[in-house]
Amino acid sequence: MRDEPTARFLPDGKRLLLQHGPIDLVVQAFGNEAALRKAYAAAARRFNEVLAELCRELDLLRSQADRLCAMPQGPIARRMVEAVSPFARNIFITPMAAVAGAVAEDIIAVMIAAAPVNRAYVNNGGDIALYLCKAQSFKIGLVDRPDLPSLFGTTEIRAEDNVRGIATSGYLGRSFSRGIAEAVTVLAPTAAMADAAATVIANAVDLPGHPAIQRVPANSLQIDSDLGAIPVTRTVGHLTYDEIDGALARGLHQADLLQKQGLITAAALHLKGVSRTLGSSFLAAHRRPELA
Amino acid sequence: MNVTEPEAGADDKIRCDACPVMCYIKPGALGACDRYGNVDGSLVRVDPHVMLNRIIAKGGEVVPFAEAPEWNGGILTQGETFVTAIGAGTTYPDYKPAPFIVSAEVDGVDMVTVVTEGIFSYCGVKIKIDTDRFLGPETNAVRVEGETVGHVTTAEYGSQMLSLGGVKHLTGGSKKEGRVTCDTLLSLCNGKPVEMTIDGGERLIVQAGKPPIVNGLAEERMRVGCGSATIGIFAKQWEGKVDDVVVVDDHITGVLSEHQAGKYLGIPGTGIKIKGRRSTPGRYFQVAEPGTGWGGTNISDPLSILGPFDPKTARPGMRLLMVSTTGEHAAYYELDEALQPVQKNMPAALIEPVERIAENCEPALSSVLFVAGAGGSLRAGVTENPVRLTRSVKDALTYVTCGGAPVYVWPGGGITFMVDVTRLPANAFGYVPTPAIVAPLEFTLKLSDYKELGGHMDSVRPLSSLGGDATGSARLNLPHRQDNPWPFAPGGTPRSHG
Repeated sequence: MRDEPTARFLPDGKRLLLQHGPIDLVVQAFGNEAALRKAYAAAARRFNEVLAELCRELDLLRSQADRLCAMPQGPIARRMVEAVSPFARNIFITPMAAVAGAVAEDIIAVMIAAAPVNRAYVNNGGDIALYLCKAQSFKIGLVDRPDLPSLFGTTEIRAEDNVRGIATSGYLGRSFSRGIAEAVTVLAPTAAMADAAATVIANAVDLPGHPAIQRVPANSLQIDSDLGAIPVTRTVGHLTYDEIDGALARGLHQADLLQKQGLITAAALHLKGVSRTLGSSFLAAHRRPELA
Repeated sequence: MNVTEPEAGADDKIRCDACPVMCYIKPGALGACDRYGNVDGSLVRVDPHVMLNRIIAKGGEVVPFAEAPEWNGGILTQGETFVTAIGAGTTYPDYKPAPFIVSAEVDGVDMVTVVTEGIFSYCGVKIKIDTDRFLGPETNAVRVEGETVGHVTTAEYGSQMLSLGGVKHLTGGSKKEGRVTCDTLLSLCNGKPVEMTIDGGERLIVQAGKPPIVNGLAEERMRVGCGSATIGIFAKQWEGKVDDVVVVDDHITGVLSEHQAGKYLGIPGTGIKIKGRRSTPGRYFQVAEPGTGWGGTNISDPLSILGPFDPKTARPGMRLLMVSTTGEHAAYYELDEALQPVQKNMPAALIEPVERIAENCEPALSSVLFVAGAGGSLRAGVTENPVRLTRSVKDALTYVTCGGAPVYVWPGGGITFMVDVTRLPANAFGYVPTPAIVAPLEFTLKLSDYKELGGHMDSVRPLSSLGGDATGSARLNLPHRQDNPWPFAPGGTPRSHG
């Protein structure tokens, strides 16, 4: 039995839901009716091939990015490799760290090529690719804990901003994290870059050897995880404020390096109710409204 | 829940073939998609704590974004996810608030679902076995592994009811009786087959939603009606193709030429004689003892119920069809010169009418209803004033579900409910060594009503908080069954239940 890719509209009739295997995309474009129809049709058509295309090169995409035996062929796979390569020299990272963002980016590119829409987003389980025509913007809600989604703040992404990708990574999310952050949200020039950078920064938020942190080999949870036997975080027990502050400082340092290299535009890091942000023009100005 | 044959991998892991990723999945783990898992070596569409997810079933609301007032991170959407009590845990002895009291906004009204796993020693199963075969005398004991776990109760239409479990077998007998009863209930509720014997009766294998197996033979069909009803239904289709028809049945055996339906068609008498107690013309009680032979009787040779043909009416060459009420047994005879019936091959013209009987018999199933009473302590987990919960349920302000499945709540005191075990997600039931059965139970009501009945308001958590848990405990998202009412809007679903 094999599940086929499906394309459906959500009950509001405006958002397209594309599902296949582990991929869930929510897609919305804004513009005139005819353009939207074309854009959605193109997205659904392209989506039919996406998973199969990725899986053909899955072994390659699951290997350490600076030791790839060949350059992958698929356009999404190439985006993935490109997005992780800046990190590959210093840490273990595989192209899979950017898969969600790369898929979102690819779908949005296909839509834009198919029809003139004003703006669009493709949300791949929290890793989001944006398209903004001149003078357009998106209002984005931010959460500090993916498991307890309350709005940490909102921000506006305008066409002139160097942001077309948003991604969130953390040990409470669907993929594994080597760090202890509940969520690291990154704004970056592309979705694949945001995805890879969020993974790297979330890994850096850490307290190595701390007894309250339970870690297990990734492949004990998922046999064919690209992380192999690398320990990933399962639970994080009590931490003192100084420890939380220290762990966040490591992450912030990593984020700062990436920002200086132009790999990310902004980042927000969350651990145990404490948040740190970088690129304050986007994030710090939008504080959570005071709630009783 | 779909179960497919997995491709065997090395060790005990399986390889999922639901999508091209082809994940290897260890027992108890999920694939990369979180939609398929390895459950005891089978690839199961899942989705430990089960949340019914209407999104998957109807392509519902998923991720509000951009201009929406809040972005929920794509974890859960209010009103589209119903948290079941399966795997929720319990706070027995229940003086604490239930493990999860979850709120969700549904159509602008704050709804609360109190989710708990009840520990039931006052519980059992009622089993309906579709069969006309005799299974055992009423009130006799039903045994598993030699222990009494229940008894034979009434015979109902085309079926025999059994009542198993109950507090007397669970805790009132020997330790072994309690353990075996608990195992039996748990297996039946989780849809597993159980072999049982009836004192003075037969050996059965019962599995919810599957045909009963009586003495090693699977029961295929329910009878279309008693012998008399069968004559009434099919008389016209036999007319002209045969001179007389006897429909053999444990309850009422019918004879076409004598039956009102035959008379109406002008079918002449054949001089046939049935051994048995005549009720009205063409209808006979007690032609034989009950058994596992023809039409639920103990006969294997149908001629044994016939007396000699009356020579004043019968003629050599007369054609006689004998058939059981399920069409499973049929034989064709012609009278010889001595007016003795001699079996011949079934004429082509009669094959279809016989098959028509079988076709009209519904598939025979064992159905299992779990019956339990939520006592005072369980209700205390829901509210500080337990009786108010009972009243709220009776007043239909509170909707009760069992693992998301609809229940029938008995009138009278307490909250005693019945649920069809096949409507729950797989392995929804558990046990404690007391012995007692652990069953999920959810109470859904308006937040305002919950407050009014003394609910544990401090423990109410938003639905969104259950998306993933810092404790690392897994939650399964299952598609909502379309034939179960959606617990937040039970009125909106066509009723296929009580």
